[in-house]
Amino acid sequence: MRRLGLTLAVVLVVLFCTGPFLWQLLTSLRPENELTSLDFPSSLTLESYRSVLTGRPFARSVLNSFLVASATTATSLFFGATAAFALAKLEIRGQRFFLGMALLASMFPGVAVVSPLYLTVRALGLRDHLLGLVLPYTTFALPMAVWILSGFFRAIPDEIYRAAIIDGCSPFQAFRKIMLPLAAPGLGTTAILLFISSWNEFLYALALTSSARSRTVPVAIGLFSGDHKEPWGEIAAASVVAMLPVILVALVFQRWIAAGLTTSAGKQ
Amino acid sequence: MTPSRARATPFSTRDRLTAYLLAAPAGALLVGVALFPILFAAWLSLHRLILILRERRFIGLDNYAYLLHDQRFWTALGNTAYFAVFSVTAELGLGLAIASLLASAAPGQRLLRAAILVPWAIPAAVSGKIWAWLFNPDYGLFTRVLPGSINWLGTPGYAMPAAILVDVWKTVPFVALLIFAALRNIPEDLYRAASLDGASSWRIFRSITLPLLKPTLAVVLVLRTLDAFRVFDAIYVLTAGGPANTTETLAIYTYKTLMDAGDFGYGSTLAIATFLCVLVISIAYLRVLGSEGRA
Repeated sequence: MRRLGLTLAVVLVVLFCTGPFLWQLLTSLRPENELTSLDFPSSLTLESYRSVLTGRPFARSVLNSFLVASATTATSLFFGATAAFALAKLEIRGQRFFLGMALLASMFPGVAVVSPLYLTVRALGLRDHLLGLVLPYTTFALPMAVWILSGFFRAIPDEIYRAAIIDGCSPFQAFRKIMLPLAAPGLGTTAILLFISSWNEFLYALALTSSARSRTVPVAIGLFSGDHKEPWGEIAAASVVAMLPVILVALVFQRWIAAGLTTSAGKQ
Repeated sequence: MTPSRARATPFSTRDRLTAYLLAAPAGALLVGVALFPILFAAWLSLHRLILILRERRFIGLDNYAYLLHDQRFWTALGNTAYFAVFSVTAELGLGLAIASLLASAAPGQRLLRAAILVPWAIPAAVSGKIWAWLFNPDYGLFTRVLPGSINWLGTPGYAMPAAILVDVWKTVPFVALLIFAALRNIPEDLYRAASLDGASSWRIFRSITLPLLKPTLAVVLVLRTLDAFRVFDAIYVLTAGGPANTTETLAIYTYKTLMDAGDFGYGSTLAIATFLCVLVISIAYLRVLGSEGRA
């Protein structure tokens, strides 16, 4: 009886979480004339995918998102790792202040800095340019990297670092040859979380791009509309394209993500 | 944060230099992308600045004086608070339930863990489109399955609950994972001792689980309230603040003033107001974290 109740609860939660996604997936595979039907389609077709990837500049958006997310992840991971190591293992003044800044910066409402970022990016001539997105994305990615990685570095025993120094490593060598490999799982987790949040970012990309040339996937989908009525089949196909990479990454690295999320919420 | 311990090896000047060199780029970037923009926004908020008119002049606190009497601002603040209270309450309740399910002996744990990551992983803007389709007034699955064929997104009073549902769907996994992590840290012995003493499962939940979860629940509560005050993506795509501004949150009103109306002066004032709301919640958050660290 109890087991039956639990099973039912699991089924309900799974349905609640995946249902909307599955419905979108089904919509994306429907033939045009069955889009509005509630029944299971008579046949499945990839027509919506074909038209969204060839008839619109959507493929370009996918490439843009991939480039921006990769660049943001790489820069924030690099600068985040060096800073987190210095904060966690070296004597450095003002580390509480530094971490506090990172935490505060990660809590900024994005919209609060849209106007200065817009003016700055425009002054640099980077408006509607992919580089003009990587810089603003640092506002959320770097604090996140510093915060999660300093947790991982702190978890490595001080003795290991001290042993490396006694063996004649400079602090930087100890960082590169000993600490970085030891923190590899942390770097992996952080990279995944950074990539997902940059891939998903919407507000800055909406404000700082103005043409299909530099639009990212979430913006392309958010602004998706047709001439007369909304092309729901294409929207569904585009959404699936936007969701699949992150869902796959999330599923493959499940354990890491759960660990990283818990750390990033300040519980360690 | 762990207090810095005394270290066996004394640090030379060279080593200290390395430390600062390693931390400096990130520090400079943080100042450049976080501190500088917020100060810049505060400065802009003291101006009348309309981009297309190329008009820019210093007007002191006039924008703030206007803000106090701006009915649309107060409505947006009210909408944001309404959104925050209901979405956060629902997320905590549902998150706790799902976390307990994750910790239970229920079958299908692997499936459950995979499933709850789906809403978390997808872009919030895309979740807006997914739900816009479900709520579509003519063909939406929800509209047709639920009684009354209500136009959810087009009717004041219904659009906000719909937006809250979307947010709950998107965020419950995150909340559940955090609570689940805390649940696993509760020593098994406590449960065993309690059930040996003949406590009912409700009693165990109330007297052991809930008190030990309190710090985590507090963290989640503040963190989610923070997010609720920044909410933009999903609502912007779902309703763009409509109908009749009933789902217009602070972030959406600010964004429209900045990017649609091109009013960078007053828009920045709204931005700073939003920032101050979030700052107050952030400080509360740091307090919660701090007291938890001492406990």
